[in-house]
Amino acid sequence: MEKVSLRDAYGDTLVELGKEDERIVVLDADLSGSTKTAKFAKVFPERFFNMGIAEINMMNVAAGLAVSGKIPFVSTFAIFGTGRAWEAVRQTICYPNLNVKVVCSHGGITVGEDGASHQALEDVSLMRSLPNMRVIVPADDIETRQVIRKVAYTEGPFYVRLSREKFPRIFDETYRFEVGKGHVLREGEDVTVISNGVMTHFALLAAEILEKEGISVEVIHMSTVKPVDVELVVDSALKTGAVVTAEEHSIIGGLGSAVAEVLVENCPVPLERLGTPDVFGLSGKGWDLLHYFGLDENGIIAKVKKVLERKK
Amino acid sequence: MIRFEPSFFLERNREIDDVTLRAIAREVRKDILKMTSAVNSGHPGGSMSAADILVTLYYYKMRHNPENPKWEKRDRFVLSKGHSSPALYSVLARTGYFPIEKLKEFRVLEGDLQGHPSMLTTPGVEISTGSLGHGIGAAVGMALALKLDRSDSRVYCMIGDGEAQEGSVWESAMAASHYNLDNLCVILDNNNLQIDGPVDEVMSIYPTVEKWKAFGWHVIEINGHDFKEIKNALDEADTVKYKPTMIVARTVKGKGVSFMENRAEWHGKALPPDLLKEALKELGELS
Ligand SMILES: Cc1ncc(C[n+]2csc(CCOP(=O)(O)OP(=O)(O)O)c2C)c(N)n1
Ligand SMILES: [Mg+2]
Repeated sequence: MEKVSLRDAYGDTLVELGKEDERIVVLDADLSGSTKTAKFAKVFPERFFNMGIAEINMMNVAAGLAVSGKIPFVSTFAIFGTGRAWEAVRQTICYPNLNVKVVCSHGGITVGEDGASHQALEDVSLMRSLPNMRVIVPADDIETRQVIRKVAYTEGPFYVRLSREKFPRIFDETYRFEVGKGHVLREGEDVTVISNGVMTHFALLAAEILEKEGISVEVIHMSTVKPVDVELVVDSALKTGAVVTAEEHSIIGGLGSAVAEVLVENCPVPLERLGTPDVFGLSGKGWDLLHYFGLDENGIIAKVKKVLERKK
Repeated sequence: MIRFEPSFFLERNREIDDVTLRAIAREVRKDILKMTSAVNSGHPGGSMSAADILVTLYYYKMRHNPENPKWEKRDRFVLSKGHSSPALYSVLARTGYFPIEKLKEFRVLEGDLQGHPSMLTTPGVEISTGSLGHGIGAAVGMALALKLDRSDSRVYCMIGDGEAQEGSVWESAMAASHYNLDNLCVILDNNNLQIDGPVDEVMSIYPTVEKWKAFGWHVIEINGHDFKEIKNALDEADTVKYKPTMIVARTVKGKGVSFMENRAEWHGKALPPDLLKEALKELGELS
């Protein structure tokens, strides 16, 4: 399985956008090599602003650029963009509903060796709670390119979560990303697995294994966590009668919570959520940490079996 | 190996000459490089620039007790630039907080030495850091608490020059002078490099001395690799009344290994095996 870099896809797409549209400007906080905004900085030095290690100010400056007609992309590690700078994003970007795109790398546990201080397990939750903000967690490079293009030309604030680790490729060039739409990767009858980010790779693996055991799994890739695709969640839940969510994020406030809200209000069916439990991360190799927390095909299979028990 | 009894550290301003300090710092630098290369991750550059200051603090200046890390009378040290954890872990191991063997747990799954200092897993770590700009605020809180408790313990804190771009650093600077925290001494590891390049090119923090003075601090400028100057500055800080002290230490990122010095690329990248060998040779490792 080919592993691909989401952040490289981001940097490359920024360069394309920069060529197309003079309004595109990019801000970073001393991590341009890691977030890959350095690619844009190299081609468009006058439209790139390194704000230093000062994330709160960076968000406010981006708001000022947006209100002046620019389209700012703002990047740093996910925990600093969404955590450190949260209230600036709230006050100066989301409240006035400004056209700022917060695109952060190093989301999730796969940050790896840097450990808890750098592992954003709450970023989706933090951004999802902000009015006007839309939240997207792509799975691979092909989707990332489309997401970045789409958010560039869709008015208003967005948060896009990217990773440090390379992820297995899921899509081919025929895929079409739409804001607010989930994507059925595999149809099934017995249970629905809804996932995003790297977990979609594991959801597909789990579905294959379960099929051999006679369990038919519907796999929905839900990159847009907000606004979540209510119609698709409800339709699939009504069909299968049981749902499992899987995300590289705390089980509090992310995709699992978004799906739970939809199910409870529309069609209560048994739901099991897979994510990191209510604890901080720790140092280790990124991929090892996924398995450590059971964020893999085995973790999903266990949740599927549990939810099928409850469905009986 | 240069080893002292735990009782050696119980009084401040110990008899220890610069030759010995330099020899210890060389061991610390070797630890830093081995630890980071072993896991092919971590931050050698800023650990090397901080090494001489950390060694002087823990071997010459601070009153502390490796056998009893929570000893009430201890002086506190906060590594606000938490990514330099390898330097801190090495000094803590070598002064006796835990066995040198434990350095192998750095950044390893379920190891006690997290990528960035974690007070819940590592004895001697006063507060968890890693996100820049926070540790110095915690140091202000510790200094305030010591004042409330009428304690004569002192608080030391190291920040990075890139870190000094965080607004929170200046909020802490304001609070420390507002509350006349003369028991607080902060050291700026002024290596003039951050990740994306030289500090003055990425986002200038200069003029540093004037800024900290304007914030009400007593400011001392030194060469951060000259043990005499480090000792003198730390001693001078003891004598300052009603003001916190800022020691602006001019340092060299990657100090001690010629091909690493003043190179931003070794900020957060471990040496590959061949370069590690070369570097250890420069640092006087036999075999
Ligand atoms: C709030 C925050 N933003 C970004 C980072 C990522 N980061 C880690 S080290 C570093 C550069 C630090 O530069 P400096 O303070 O000069 O450290 P030194 O040169 O002493 O290593 C950055 C941006 C971080 N740890 N915390
Ligand atoms: Mg520096």
